[in-house]
Amino acid sequence: MKKYYPVIGLEVHIELNTKSKMFCQCLADYFEKKPNSEVCPVCLGLPGALPVPNKKAIEYTQIVAKALGCKLNNKSRFDRKHYFYPDLPKGYQISQYEQPFGIEGQVTLNNKVITIKRVHLEEDTGKLIHKANATYIDFNRSGVPLLEIVTNPDFDNSDDVKEYLEYLHVLVKQYLKISNANMEQGSMRLEPNISLSTVKGKLADYKIEVKNINSFKYVKKAIDYEIQRQEKLLNSNQVIKNETRGFNENKKITFLQRSKEEAKDYRYFPEPDIPPFEFTDRDLALIKIPELPYEKIKRFVETEKLNIDQAFILSKNLNKADLFDKLITNFSDKSKNVKIANIIINKLLHSDVIFSSILKKIENYLNPKTLLPKNFQIQIKEIIELNHKAVEDFKSGKESALFFLLGKLLQKVGNNLDVEQIKNLLIKELKK
Amino acid sequence: MELKGKKLIELISLINSKQLSATEVFNYFLKRSNKYNKQLNAYLTICDNQTGIPIAFKDNFLTRNIRTTAASRVLEHYIPPYNATVVEKLLNKGFSVLGKTNMDAWAHGSSTETSDFGSSKNPWDITRSPGGSSGGASSVVASYLCPVSIGSETAGSIRQPSAWSGVVGLKPTYGRVSRYGVIAMGSSLDSPGVIALSVEDCAYILSIIAGKDKYDATSLTEDVPNYSESIKKNKKYVIGISEEYLKDIEPDIKKNYFKAIEIFKKMGHKIKKIKLIDPSYSVSVYTIIQRAEVSSNLSRYDGLRFGNNRSSFSEEAKKRIILGTFTLTQGYVDEYYKKAQKIRTLIINNFKQAFNNIDLILAPTTPNTALKLGEFQKYSFFGELMDRLNEPSSIAGLPGISIPVGLDKTKLPIGIQIIGKKLDEESVMNLAYQFEKETNFFGIIKELFKKYPD
Repeated sequence: MKKYYPVIGLEVHIELNTKSKMFCQCLADYFEKKPNSEVCPVCLGLPGALPVPNKKAIEYTQIVAKALGCKLNNKSRFDRKHYFYPDLPKGYQISQYEQPFGIEGQVTLNNKVITIKRVHLEEDTGKLIHKANATYIDFNRSGVPLLEIVTNPDFDNSDDVKEYLEYLHVLVKQYLKISNANMEQGSMRLEPNISLSTVKGKLADYKIEVKNINSFKYVKKAIDYEIQRQEKLLNSNQVIKNETRGFNENKKITFLQRSKEEAKDYRYFPEPDIPPFEFTDRDLALIKIPELPYEKIKRFVETEKLNIDQAFILSKNLNKADLFDKLITNFSDKSKNVKIANIIINKLLHSDVIFSSILKKIENYLNPKTLLPKNFQIQIKEIIELNHKAVEDFKSGKESALFFLLGKLLQKVGNNLDVEQIKNLLIKELKK
Repeated sequence: MELKGKKLIELISLINSKQLSATEVFNYFLKRSNKYNKQLNAYLTICDNQTGIPIAFKDNFLTRNIRTTAASRVLEHYIPPYNATVVEKLLNKGFSVLGKTNMDAWAHGSSTETSDFGSSKNPWDITRSPGGSSGGASSVVASYLCPVSIGSETAGSIRQPSAWSGVVGLKPTYGRVSRYGVIAMGSSLDSPGVIALSVEDCAYILSIIAGKDKYDATSLTEDVPNYSESIKKNKKYVIGISEEYLKDIEPDIKKNYFKAIEIFKKMGHKIKKIKLIDPSYSVSVYTIIQRAEVSSNLSRYDGLRFGNNRSSFSEEAKKRIILGTFTLTQGYVDEYYKKAQKIRTLIINNFKQAFNNIDLILAPTTPNTALKLGEFQKYSFFGELMDRLNEPSSIAGLPGISIPVGLDKTKLPIGIQIIGKKLDEESVMNLAYQFEKETNFFGIIKELFKKYPD
C-alpha cells in the first residue's frame, strides 16, 4: 500500500456584524426576525435597484486581512458572480474575484505556517425554508456582509485545521469584534477541501470540497472521513474526480452533491454598479488592528513574566487577558503576575463584578491571612465527602478537579486566605 | 388660450402666474394623449386624475403603483413598490405622471419595434419608426401629447429617436443623473435624459434630475449648475468636426450638417477639423460590453417573481442574453469582454485628447432619417448600426444633445448632435440653445403640430 499525504485547504465564510447590510440600509441582524421583514428593493433584487457598498464592512474586511498578515490591495473592486438559485434574487452574487481587499497573508500555529490566499467581501444569499411540501424564501439574510477567508492547501491534518479555526474564531469575535461568529446561527461557515497526494509537498490532481459545515468538530470529522474514504478509493486504484460534497451530521459522513464535471462557469465580470476602489498607502496604513493573540502571548511572557501556558490560555479569552492587564497596573511587583494570572485563569473570581471588588479580592489573595479558621479541617473533610466525583477525577490525574474543589472550599471558608496554603492543605488531604 | 406648441417653461410660467392651473394643463395633454395614442402607440399606460404638471416617463423608469413593463411581457403586470430617483425628484417639483411611454423591450433596439406591445409610430409618417429605444418618449413630444418626456440612453436611445422625431434630446454625462429605479440595460452606459421641444426645457429638467444620489454609487458628486441660466451666457466655442463621422451618411443629412456648420461659423464660433477613432470600432466594443451587462442584468427575471416567466422573453432579449453569456464565458472573456474594455479605454482617451484643442464636437446624430417600420428585421445588429454615431461618446460616458436641423427630401426630420466633455452639459446646451435662438429649428415642429389638432 502506498503512503498518502493529505493536502487540505480551507474556505471560511464569516458574517460581519455591521449594523446595516452590505449594499442597502436594511438591518444586517436577521436572526429570529419575521421572514422578509428586513428587506428593501436592493436586497430583494427588484428591477432598477442598485447596490451602494457599506464602508464599515469594507473597513472590517481590511482589518481582518491586516490581522491575518495580508497585503492590502491599493486597487480593489467588486465583481458579479452568476448562477441561478432561488435564494439569489439578482441571478448573481456581488463578490470579489480578481482584486480582493486582501491577499497573501499568513498565520502561525503550532510552529506551522498556514498561508492565506485571499480575504474578500461578498453578500450573503437569502434562505430557503422547506415546509409541508413547499419551499419558501426568506430574504432577511440576503445582502448581509459576508467575509471569505481562503487558505492555500497548507494543512496536512485535521487537528491543525481545527486549531486554525479556533484561532480564527477568537480573532474575529474577540479581538477584532467584526462578527458574532455564532456557530449555531451559521454566522461562520466552513468549507474544507481535501485531497491525497502520493508525493509529499505536491498537490494531487483532484480536489474534494465539503460545503457548509458549521462546527469545528464536524470539519475535523469530515476531513478524517474524507482521508479514509479517498485512501480506500486510491488503494483500489480508482481515479478520484473533482467533487463537491456535503456533510451528514448524524452519520458523520460526507456525501456527493455534484461532480465538478458539471462545475459552473460563474461568468465573473466587474460590477458596473460600484466604482472600483483606490486606497492610498496612507489610507491602508491608517487601518488599525489591536494587539493580536501571538503578540499578547509574547508580551505576557517577555514583559509580564508569565509562563507560556498561562499566556496562551489568557490569549484565548480576551476578557480575562484584559482583566489581567488592568489588575497588574495596580501592583508594581511583577513577581506577583503569575499568581494573579492563576487566580484569573482558575476562575476564582468573576469578571462581571465591579472592578474595585475584584481588585479587593485579588489583594486578599495576594496578602492572605495565614490564620486558618477553627473549623477548617471539618470544612475540608466535608468538601471531600460531598464531591466524590471530583475527588475521583483528581485521583485519576485531572488537575481541573483540584481547582473545582478549591473553589468550593474557598466559598465556605472565605477567600481572603492564603490560597496557596489552602491548596496545599487540600492536596495533602486528598492524598491521604 | 392656445396651448399647443408652448414649451414646458412657458406652461410653467403660466401656471406660476395663475393664468392656468396645473390640472388644466394636465387635462389638456391627457385629452390629446387619449385622442392620438391609438394612432401612435406612444404610451403603454396613460394616467388620468392627476393634478400636477404633466410629464411622461419611458416605461423603464419605475413608478410607484403605476405599471412599469420595460415594454416586455415579462413585466406585463408589474406594479413597482418604489419610484426611480428621477421620478421622485420630478414629483417633488410638482410634476405628475401623464403616461409611461413605449420603447424597445428592455431598451433593446433603435426603433421601438422590439416592444412586446407593438411599435410606436413616427408622428411625421406613421408608416415609419420614431426611432428608439426611447421612441414612445420622442413620439409623445413630437406630436405634443406631452410637453416633455424622460428617456434613457445606453448608446443613442435618446438622441436617435429625437433626431428621427424632430425634437431635442439630451443625453447627460454617465452618472450625472441617478440610475436608481431605472430598469438596467447596460449598467456602465445607461444615462437617463430628457426629450423636449426646446433646449431651455432640457436645461430646466436637467437642473431638477441631476445630482448625487445616495442610492446610486455611480452618480457623480459634482455640484449641479443652474443650467437654465448658464445656457444663456453668450459664449463662443471651438467646435471640432471629424471626417470619420461622415462615412455612409445620407446626402441630405450631410447637406444639412454642413448648413449648420456655416450657421455656427456665422455666429462667430470656430470650426476645427479633428481626428477621432472610426465609430465602427465602437460598434463592436459597445455590442460586447452591452450584451455582457444585459445578460447579467436580465438574470433576475428568472420566472420566480415579477409575474411572467422566462418564456415571455422575446427574440431580441434572448439573442442578447445568449451573446452576452458567451462573451463572459471562460475561454472567451479575454478575447471579447476584456479586449472590449481595453478598446473602451482607448476611445475614452481619444476623446480626452481631442478635447485638449476644442470645446465641443459637432456631428450628424444618425446616418439615416426615420426608416419604414419593418426595416429593422432586414439587418442583424440594426440598432448598433443605426446608433453608430452615438456609440463612441456613450462608451466614453460623455454628454450629448441632438437638435433638429431641417427636413430631408421626403419631409422627414434630420438631427445633428453636439458632444461635450465629461460633465460639460452647460457648453453642450449653451451652443444648442444659441442655435435654437438663431434658427428656431427652422420652424419644422410647428408644421408637424398642424397634423395633430386639439
